[in-house]
Amino acid sequence: MTAKHKHRLMKYLREEILPSKFCAGCGCGTVLNCYAHAIDEMGLDPENVVSVTGIGCSSWIPSPYLKCDTLHTTHGRPLAFATGVKVMKPDMDVVIIAGDGDIAGIGGNHLIHSARRNVDMSVFLVNNFIYGMTGGQVSPTTPIGHRTTTSPYKNIEHPMRIAELVATAGATYVARWTTYHVFPLMESMQNALKKKGFSFIEILSPCPTAHGRRVGMREGQDFLNMFKEKAVRVEKAKDMTEEELEDRIVIGKFVDREREEFTESLRRLNRERINR
Amino acid sequence: MDYHANYLKKFEKRTFFMLGDEAAAYGALFARCNFFGGYPITPASETAEIMSRELPNVNGYYVQFEDEIASIGAIIGAAWAGGKTMTATSGPGFSLMQENIGYAVMTETPIVIVDVQRSGPSTGQATKPAQGDVMQARWGTHGDHEIIALAPNSVQECFDLIIDCFNLAEQYRTPVIFLMDGEIGHLREKITMPKFSDVKIFERPKGKGDKPIFGGELIPPMVEFGEGCFVHVTGSTHKESGMRDVESQDVHEKLITRIYDKIESNREKIVRVEEKYMKDARVAVVSYGASARPSLGAVKKARRKKKKVGFMRLITIWPFARKQITELGKKVDKIIVPEMNLGQISREIERFVDCEVISVPKIGGIAHSIDEIYEKIAEVV
Repeated sequence: MTAKHKHRLMKYLREEILPSKFCAGCGCGTVLNCYAHAIDEMGLDPENVVSVTGIGCSSWIPSPYLKCDTLHTTHGRPLAFATGVKVMKPDMDVVIIAGDGDIAGIGGNHLIHSARRNVDMSVFLVNNFIYGMTGGQVSPTTPIGHRTTTSPYKNIEHPMRIAELVATAGATYVARWTTYHVFPLMESMQNALKKKGFSFIEILSPCPTAHGRRVGMREGQDFLNMFKEKAVRVEKAKDMTEEELEDRIVIGKFVDREREEFTESLRRLNRERINR
Repeated sequence: MDYHANYLKKFEKRTFFMLGDEAAAYGALFARCNFFGGYPITPASETAEIMSRELPNVNGYYVQFEDEIASIGAIIGAAWAGGKTMTATSGPGFSLMQENIGYAVMTETPIVIVDVQRSGPSTGQATKPAQGDVMQARWGTHGDHEIIALAPNSVQECFDLIIDCFNLAEQYRTPVIFLMDGEIGHLREKITMPKFSDVKIFERPKGKGDKPIFGGELIPPMVEFGEGCFVHVTGSTHKESGMRDVESQDVHEKLITRIYDKIESNREKIVRVEEKYMKDARVAVVSYGASARPSLGAVKKARRKKKKVGFMRLITIWPFARKQITELGKKVDKIIVPEMNLGQISREIERFVDCEVISVPKIGGIAHSIDEIYEKIAEVV
């Protein structure tokens, strides 16, 4: 890429660190691409964004690639760190992009409670069904029957339904998309960023390197085909039985509601105390 | 509006009868703390209770989290968003915080962690005091690092020293541990609060993002989120710019050595001890926190019986008073170390002296009596 033909979205990236280290076929680049398009279209000022993330491949989307204030935290804890940031800087857009092992696995408790508190932040959870960075160990989202490096006789655990959990926990906006559904995903990201309160998108994303190659999906394209074939819209899924939905991926918007946001409640309390 | 100054006026120059835990909370407010993240635990909950009551009055924020890991994570995040932040816990919670204490060390984030020590390991004697976290405060998080930890021995000191903790955190851009114990935390005694404007506050040195945030000088200035600096904060090994570099040996060595040196090279500025009756002493009693109280009582009793015994109290536990203890070891024949653990500081003292070191451990949730310590003194002098 020459300076003459600099991509219009390059301004959202830490250019000096490129090219990215994502594997061929990885979905992280697609998520980064969707996010950059989404904020560009919205006119979101990167100087007003704090991206908070944890440990794992998808944590590399914001750290180091996104050009904004970046807090690359310990494994599983980005939502806790982000709550501290948002309370002190309520006017900033707090964006979390991290993985299933990070946010839903080791940090699952923070996910439930951040949604319950309804802290104004946008969480984009990249679910690649595996602990990819450490070499492909079974994760809380790995489908039953999948062979991984730590489920050599095939996974016997039921996978976590993350979006459904977050909806129950009290988030104001919840959706699930895949890296195949890029245009709805971009639109959904914008809705999440605009929404006051805890906004959450579970993004199903391929990991051919650490997951796919052990389950017969060696190419990123294999995952995209699978996403396309298995996806069923949430509106349609409502009329389907649990058996019919087994082995399907329910996509779309699960929740879009109003609840008082946490940092606003804190500020209301302070006004009441100070103006007593 | 200066909400802290406005609200805290009503406490100025007044005397109160309060718990050590409560005094620590008020001291933090006088140090302009404006964010507390915590989780209830005996015997530290009273600090959280006061903060939940008072922080809204100074336009600060109390958030009770789902656990201690979230609590310390949030205060680190809030510090990067410009806050003066703290948490308070006890042994089990302190254990949970260890990973993120390392994160605060690595990212050079000023925070204050209060650990009101209780009897462990594990749940132990949950309501009983101890001093068993002394070495955990030093080495609890993994990897090479230095740490600052202060130990109060009165309710007044809970107030006074936590202000120093905030100042040290800002001055050295580091987490600071306030090593209280259940005895002092739940002790109720007289304290006098100062005039708010008389409290010395070390203001956080702020950069504009034009200089490195993670190097360039021994203690680089911080920036704040939202100031357009595009700061990159990571617990991974990073270059002076903050960008991750986990491959280069020299980058790691330079970073860790500097973080280590900023405390080590300022050791004598940070270290504080209190000495009494040392002039002609042949034996010294060295203690800290709650156990320093019966220790001093025993030394006074020995003095009344004309025994040449001196007293040294460690106010800073870490960095260790290496120079002061080395000199003490040359001056006296024996050092007696009462502490509410099985000899954690006693062994540290042994590293720096050639004279005999006599450990006087006491565990089980009860502080030493004066006579218990006096008997040890009487055995040797």
